[in-house]
Amino acid sequence: MATDTNGKHTDDLVLPTYARDDTSHPALHTPEYRSTALRNPQRPLHLLPQNLTEVTGPLLGHERVGEHDHDLTVQHEGEPLGERIVVSGRVLDSDGRPVPDTLVEVWQANAAGRYRHSGDRHPAPLDPNFSGVGRCMTDEQGRYRFVTIKPGAYPWRNHDNAWRPAHIHFSLFGRAFTQRLITQMYFPGDPLFFQDPIFQSVRDPKARERMICRFDLDSTIPEWALAYHFDIVLRGSRATPFENEDDDDDD
Amino acid sequence: MTNSPRARSQPTLGTTPSQTVGPFFALPEGLPWPDGPELVTEDTPHAFVLRGQLVDGAGDPVPDGLIEIWQADERGRFAHPDDPRGTTTSFRGFGRCATDQQGRFWFRTVRPGGLPTPRGEWEAPHIDVTVLARGMLNRLVTRIYFPDETRANAADPVLEAVEERRRKTLLAEHDDTGFRFDIRLQGDDETVFFVL
Ligand SMILES: [Fe+3]
Repeated sequence: MATDTNGKHTDDLVLPTYARDDTSHPALHTPEYRSTALRNPQRPLHLLPQNLTEVTGPLLGHERVGEHDHDLTVQHEGEPLGERIVVSGRVLDSDGRPVPDTLVEVWQANAAGRYRHSGDRHPAPLDPNFSGVGRCMTDEQGRYRFVTIKPGAYPWRNHDNAWRPAHIHFSLFGRAFTQRLITQMYFPGDPLFFQDPIFQSVRDPKARERMICRFDLDSTIPEWALAYHFDIVLRGSRATPFENEDDDDDD
Repeated sequence: MTNSPRARSQPTLGTTPSQTVGPFFALPEGLPWPDGPELVTEDTPHAFVLRGQLVDGAGDPVPDGLIEIWQADERGRFAHPDDPRGTTTSFRGFGRCATDQQGRFWFRTVRPGGLPTPRGEWEAPHIDVTVLARGMLNRLVTRIYFPDETRANAADPVLEAVEERRRKTLLAEHDDTGFRFDIRLQGDDETVFFVL
């Protein structure tokens, strides 16, 4: 990069800047969720500037998505047990712009609240017709759509008689390393919210609501499946030229 | 040190909160991919294996973690349209590896090139890392630097902002197959983690 006689750079490397959204997220140290105790850093986090590595990110493509990956009800010989649901929505950024062509990955328990995972000790039945894994790409409007069955609640050992509300895990990349998000989608009116430290770890009630899908009559398939709508909002950016280097204080 | 924008329109939507990846992301066909750890094939010139272990505050391995890395290619290029220098590579740049019962993870990759910043600085070769696990309600971010890049590391603005005593937690070490980079979530030698 060229610099002028004052040592200021003259070619502008113009990068987008992704807005911080710290107030949306739970604290890494959330004592009610016991497993955070040994897994949250004790020292202050350093600020990482958003340079080239941070404003770019993996653009994983359609090669990661198989024909039936978006429909968790047709991945086996037979049909999974449970209540069929369509889960669809849009991936947007906080500026309201759609995030197109981005990989959405989901995983979930079966209708009985059991994961097809060797570590899941919940004595509820496995379903030979349900893997509980889905993938799809958003379209040019940021839309995604899954067909699945409604996951069951399941117990865990965090506290006495602890149950996780029904949820679907979501993984999103967006278009930049800054936008990477792992979240969980919950269902409206779940009676287990009050005692779930993971859901409650999001302190702002408005932010909490953003993890709850809404019933979506328009997307139901008559005589076949109910439907829920869930929009996911990633950090937004605006390309900002660094034209005012002079009043940019560095310290 | 931040490239804060001069003017930005107010965001209009609140972002979706982060939640833990939980213990079950590694179910069959789940998040880990068979070739997830391999950014390059074994016969790629200069390829090396980067190994590490994820350790919790009791010094115990974290057997249910997921490590993701993102990096430039050897010439410091990204296959990404937001790189204003142009897209001149097809390097995937992304790797994903679940930790095993001993908390271990690995990647096969190449050393990325150094990178210019919008402020006219030069970043030393580095790999961005996302750490996910049960018990972590948000991802942790760290960076891997290379121990033999003495001059480039000394000029790196991110390393420079970290107190000297802790900088070594961001440096990989040489080992038989390439490099080793352990991630310690807590303790005296807790890894430096970042917000961005
Ligand atoms: Fe779960």
